[in-house]
Amino acid sequence: MLSGSLSVLLLRIVLGRLATMAITLFGVAVIVFVVIRVVPGNPVAMMLPPGATEADIARLNALYGLDKSIPEQFVIWLGGVVQGDFGTSISTRQPVLDLVLGRLPATLELSIFALVLAVIIGGVMALTGTRFRGTRTEGAVDVANGVGLSVPDFLWGLVFILLFGVLWPIFHISGRISPALDLPFVTQFYVFESIVRLRFDLWWDLLTHMFMPALALAIPLAAIISQLLKQSLKETMHLDYVVLARTKGYGENRVIVGEALRNAVLPTLTLIGVQFTFLIGGTVIIERLFSYEGLGNMAIDAVINRDLPLIQGIVIVFALIFTVVNLIVDMLYAVLNPRLRHA
Amino acid sequence: MLDGRAAVRRRINARLWLSGGWLALLAIVALLAPWLAPKDPLAQDLFAARLPPFWMAGAEPGFWLGTDSLGRDVLSRIMHGARIALAVALVAGIATCLIGSALGLVAGFMRGWADRIISRLVDIWMAFPPVLFAILLIAVLGTGLHSIIIAIVVIDWTRFCRVVRAEALNQSAMDYVASAKVAGRTRLSIMVREILPNVLPTIVALVTLEMGIAVIVEAILSFVNLSISTDAPTWGGMIAEGRISIHQAWWVLVFPLVTLFLTVLSFSQFGEGLKDHFDPVLR
Amino acid sequence: MSAFLEIEGLSAVLAGTGARLLRSVSLAVDTGEVRGLVGESGAGKSMIGKAVLGILPKAVRVAEGAIRLDGHDLLAMRPADRRRLIGSVAALIPQDPLTALNPSKRIGPQITDRLVDILGWGKADAQARALELLGEVHIEDPERVIGRYPHELSGGMRQRILIASAFAAEPRLIIADEPTTALDVTVQKQILKLIGEMQAHHGTALVFVTHDLGVVSKVCQSLSVLYAGKVVEDARVADFFAAPRHAYSRALLAATPKYTDPAASLQPVDPSVIEAVTAEVAVADREWIHGR
Repeated sequence: MLSGSLSVLLLRIVLGRLATMAITLFGVAVIVFVVIRVVPGNPVAMMLPPGATEADIARLNALYGLDKSIPEQFVIWLGGVVQGDFGTSISTRQPVLDLVLGRLPATLELSIFALVLAVIIGGVMALTGTRFRGTRTEGAVDVANGVGLSVPDFLWGLVFILLFGVLWPIFHISGRISPALDLPFVTQFYVFESIVRLRFDLWWDLLTHMFMPALALAIPLAAIISQLLKQSLKETMHLDYVVLARTKGYGENRVIVGEALRNAVLPTLTLIGVQFTFLIGGTVIIERLFSYEGLGNMAIDAVINRDLPLIQGIVIVFALIFTVVNLIVDMLYAVLNPRLRHA
Repeated sequence: MLDGRAAVRRRINARLWLSGGWLALLAIVALLAPWLAPKDPLAQDLFAARLPPFWMAGAEPGFWLGTDSLGRDVLSRIMHGARIALAVALVAGIATCLIGSALGLVAGFMRGWADRIISRLVDIWMAFPPVLFAILLIAVLGTGLHSIIIAIVVIDWTRFCRVVRAEALNQSAMDYVASAKVAGRTRLSIMVREILPNVLPTIVALVTLEMGIAVIVEAILSFVNLSISTDAPTWGGMIAEGRISIHQAWWVLVFPLVTLFLTVLSFSQFGEGLKDHFDPVLR
Repeated sequence: MSAFLEIEGLSAVLAGTGARLLRSVSLAVDTGEVRGLVGESGAGKSMIGKAVLGILPKAVRVAEGAIRLDGHDLLAMRPADRRRLIGSVAALIPQDPLTALNPSKRIGPQITDRLVDILGWGKADAQARALELLGEVHIEDPERVIGRYPHELSGGMRQRILIASAFAAEPRLIIADEPTTALDVTVQKQILKLIGEMQAHHGTALVFVTHDLGVVSKVCQSLSVLYAGKVVEDARVADFFAAPRHAYSRALLAATPKYTDPAASLQPVDPSVIEAVTAEVAVADREWIHGR
């Protein structure tokens, strides 16, 4: 499917975005760097046993480069980042990059699972609302969309904990996988690897842990998808080519899915990009709520422990994910829109 | 077609009354909490810990919605929590709105370098995970009501800025703005007198939405123990406690959660209802 | 033998207000016949075609009457059966070629989709058929065109493709809903000629909806003149142009430019004619309401 002109177009999109992505990431780095160094209280002092001398503190400060001026520290840090060195965590004394890469897959798996849920739930609701437009069913879809849009992931998470963790305990309410299980994994992409290894017992255990946090993250996005897609579908249903398709003998379902859906998806797609970054941002508190061992949970610990290098590393990684998601959406839009592709 | 519009209006009105009613009730409770609350929200009584709500066996009179693990009255804490929640909602909501809208108006109407700088800042802000940013700011500013409000404003001004900028761009392209320019009015006067009134309905809907978000942010910060003090009666703090003792005393989690849920839902539905109420097409 | 399409006493109303859009319309189209539906905009001429094809807007409801297509009573059929019947024996040539093709699908499948999905053809046969049809509508290099997207083609090309698509399943009735209105004048003539050619070649019955009597005189054998949703005259084309019976028809004819003498003969429709025909419609309405 990838014709020559399409790859050229995609390359143009990537090159066009690189400059702005770099500026955005640089801006994020500067802000985080400055903000966390205004923190009162010396992070290093907390690591030393009581009774440590001033000299001990000064030695550790020098070790982490905290005795230099903020611009100097920034240049040193940036120089390291460019070479793939994000520094060393103060609280665990491990390389920041290792820590981040160790947790990132868990967050990515959770986010992507949530995205899949959101697309399925939102898509089904939009299609149902369109199929039964003008009836009570559409009214019910509208009410569900309204509630889904108004209530954020954090509250959905709590509601699910009560419903499916306590009242009717069918899912796990904390962790990523049952601790008693023997784990054969060599990567951190547990879900992916459990499928590759055909270990569906582990796969199921992972899924029952992920389901509630993912659903909590998915609901606001599902509501947005449902609302936008339904609106877009209903507009498309009046267009001439859809009406023409009806005269060809197609039923309502086939007209909606076969003729209207693809064209209605395009305007929804660009908005899903931004909303998906919001979803990923939501993992921070949702991981905390469900004690899920991902990047966001580690980020909160890093802030509480004043682990400056780790905080910087995590924020930069999140910013990188967000900008890459937006880039991917742009590229997807180009692939799906024949007008852009053959322009 | 006519009856369809009447049905839509009925639905809008029902939404406005229900959500407005809940918010009004909450405001009254918040104002009169010291007189209405049956107990002292801070009073601990380890002999009365984890008492169930009034309809269950083992309930004690006076503790309507039960007590938490330190024997504090859940109902009284919810009522006092409403004060903090609404204070944050009002101050943070309005402050965020003022700053974000002003920047958005300037960017959308003035364009040029002002727009370029503001838009770039928005891009950078959008690359932060908001909850992490809030936690980071509280860590820097220290806990307390002021810090929460400042953190919300710093994080969420972009929401107003983006929407108002887009609206201002649309309005600027219209003929009435061109004729005002021809008439020799200053740019500031056009911006405030011509553009702003047309953007206002959007801003009003966003403000109530933002108030709901402010309540949530406060709850989230309380939940990660970074809001005010661990002792203060905040909904988020109560939820955090309830989450821990969920298997022993579900009511510690359920009642503040329901309150928070209804409040957030009401803020956003009230804003949507107001927007539709003032929408000339639907009226 | 009865006609291929028979409409009897068809009335359609706007839901909610109850206003009548079609007033007891009756007409018949024989196999192979070309019938014009003429009237001003809003006269309900497109509404008739939509009623036959089952694509009336949701707000419009058929109040009474019957539509018989190939002997089947359409309004009495189950919706799914009706759709299949219409899809296999009838087709629409729409008004605006710029909006009537799906922007995200390639041309080939859009011509033959009903063959594959409804009539169960194989993909290879469908493709061969698409190429054959594109040849019939005089499109050069059909192999290239079937792989194109609509936005890559001109309006005239797109209308040719829609014509090819309409004829794909060898329908026995085609409804052409003002098929040239949205096109440039120079293209209009070619498209008109093409529709006539295709109709003659396939022997299809054709309902030609238009506001242009000049077009009717060239393409059609018979015509129905509509005013405010009511058929005021039903005639053979030759008879009509020789001696229109209804006053409104005469006025309409006088307002149509003649190719021999374009400017001189133009007459605006006389207000008294409109008054008379409006009164006639009002009388019919009273009778209709009374009869219910």
